[in-house]
Amino acid sequence: MSELEQAAATQGAPPAEARRLPRTVRWLLEAQTAWIFLALLGMIGVFAFLKPAEFATVDNFRNMAVDASSLLVIAVGMTFVIITGGIDLSVGAVLVFASIVAGKAMEAQGGNGYGTVLLGLAVALVAGLGWGLVNGIVITRSRVTPLIVTLGTLGMAEGAGLLITDVNIRSVPLKLTDSIGIGRLWGQIPYLVVIAAFVTVVAAIALALTRFGRYTYAVGSNAEAARRVGVKTEQHLIKVYAISGMLAGLAGFLSLARFSTTTIGGHSTDNLQAIAAVVIGGTSLFGGIGTIVGSVVGVFIPVVLQNGFIILSVQPYWQEVAVGAVLIAAVYLDQLKRRARAHG
Amino acid sequence: MTENGVVLGAREIFKSFGQVEALRGASFEVRRGEVVALVGDNGAGKSTLIKILSGTLHPDAGEIHFEGRPVTIGSPTVARGMGLETVYQDLALAPELDPAANLFLGRELVRPFPLGLFGFLDKPAMRRSAAEAFSKLGVRIPSVTAPVANLSGGQLQGVAVGRAVNWASKVLFMDEPTAALGVVQAQHVLELVRSVRDSGISVVFISHNLPQVFGVADRIEVLRLGRRVARFRASEATMDDVVAAMTGSVEQVDGTENGQGSR
Repeated sequence: MSELEQAAATQGAPPAEARRLPRTVRWLLEAQTAWIFLALLGMIGVFAFLKPAEFATVDNFRNMAVDASSLLVIAVGMTFVIITGGIDLSVGAVLVFASIVAGKAMEAQGGNGYGTVLLGLAVALVAGLGWGLVNGIVITRSRVTPLIVTLGTLGMAEGAGLLITDVNIRSVPLKLTDSIGIGRLWGQIPYLVVIAAFVTVVAAIALALTRFGRYTYAVGSNAEAARRVGVKTEQHLIKVYAISGMLAGLAGFLSLARFSTTTIGGHSTDNLQAIAAVVIGGTSLFGGIGTIVGSVVGVFIPVVLQNGFIILSVQPYWQEVAVGAVLIAAVYLDQLKRRARAHG
Repeated sequence: MTENGVVLGAREIFKSFGQVEALRGASFEVRRGEVVALVGDNGAGKSTLIKILSGTLHPDAGEIHFEGRPVTIGSPTVARGMGLETVYQDLALAPELDPAANLFLGRELVRPFPLGLFGFLDKPAMRRSAAEAFSKLGVRIPSVTAPVANLSGGQLQGVAVGRAVNWASKVLFMDEPTAALGVVQAQHVLELVRSVRDSGISVVFISHNLPQVFGVADRIEVLRLGRRVARFRASEATMDDVVAAMTGSVEQVDGTENGQGSR
């Protein structure tokens, strides 16, 4: 159980006031992911109708997919974390840290071959994994809330990265940019998108169909109950935070490939964007509920909105306003759903 | 001790929490195929004793015997390995998981090689066998695939009991299983207790509700201030006898053979 949940439990409206919601309303609440998906299709439809020549093109969809890829990788890890009832604020800082050490490692190695690229990938993954393990171990050992621990490691990872270098590394191997950065599978699908899609599919399968996924839900639903039946809940939490960290490391590597430089200043709101995407996609901040598919939709909503607004010459900042409002609505719906259940 | 049919026995158990002595030389016995009620006033040490017997707490001193051998029940996992299951007062269900997932929590069935290596769950098999287990026990739930958060109190109780019964092969501990239930639901749980007993599994039943205790128990053991103060055969005792033992106005000599004190 997270502090968030406790806080919400005490601050939320007293359950005695909650009344039984009509069956249809409850069904609508249960189908949140489906509704969000319809909303996304609606947005795409509206933009495509208003600006078919600019919006509804293969190039534009490809651009949106590339824009979404790095955030999607982070959001996938975040989905696991939030389903356990936790939160990971450190992902953006871990992304930057991983891209700095990977960039430094490739710089030190020199050369322009796949060997150097693979070294960079390995360093980025290990760096992310390291921070994830720190998160998981500190959270389970100290019992300090995930919110605070990952806020702490956010600062630590960012500071540690800037200690290594506070100017962007620009000497990224061309091979990396040419292959992963701008390369396309069969000349059509950008490798960035292929990698993000692969990660997403593997994670979706693991969450929905395996014991690992089942325990992720169980820990978020009732950690004490899971512990009593012999689930090693602390080990499981450490694994989940390790995955989140490692995926942030991968996102750092992808960002390095895409921009062919570290983007030190560009990720300070990645954590909040990922959390918003996951929550909008129907994953409950109280733990125990959520899907990867929902998070995919949640990642694409701001991307599509921003893209569409730019094409329509609407100030793109409206996207942030809209996403903020949708986020609040999503959490409100989640609370309604829980109250409905408690009195179902 | 097996010759008396004792499956699980505790002798002279001591357990303190700081300054508080919860158990002060408590003894307890469960015999094969019986329902034994563990009764006592608040703070008598009932829950502490059950937690020790189910591996959640460790005694400071004392002996535990299982099927005639001294044992150490180091954890709930060890207890479950011995065929001892517990229905906790809070039920210990995961509300977002469905009844089948709750029943198999921690004991999931995985698909055959090679998918099983990666922990792929055999959901159809678990659903089937959960549905079977619940229907065998007469636990009526609308669906084995909807989250248990949607179930009523009685149905939740049914899932928790069904899970414990499904895995218990020797002893089932039930801590106040009817406390939160209405009359009809409570009756249903008592029927369940009897049918478990009839299948050869011993049941330890903690309750404050003496009419229920007399309705379901074969024997009654009374704890007071951390010690066993009386044992009765339910058929030969009256509620007044039990209340007198609980409140301390009458005390048997602890450990009296055959469960009959100086009545």
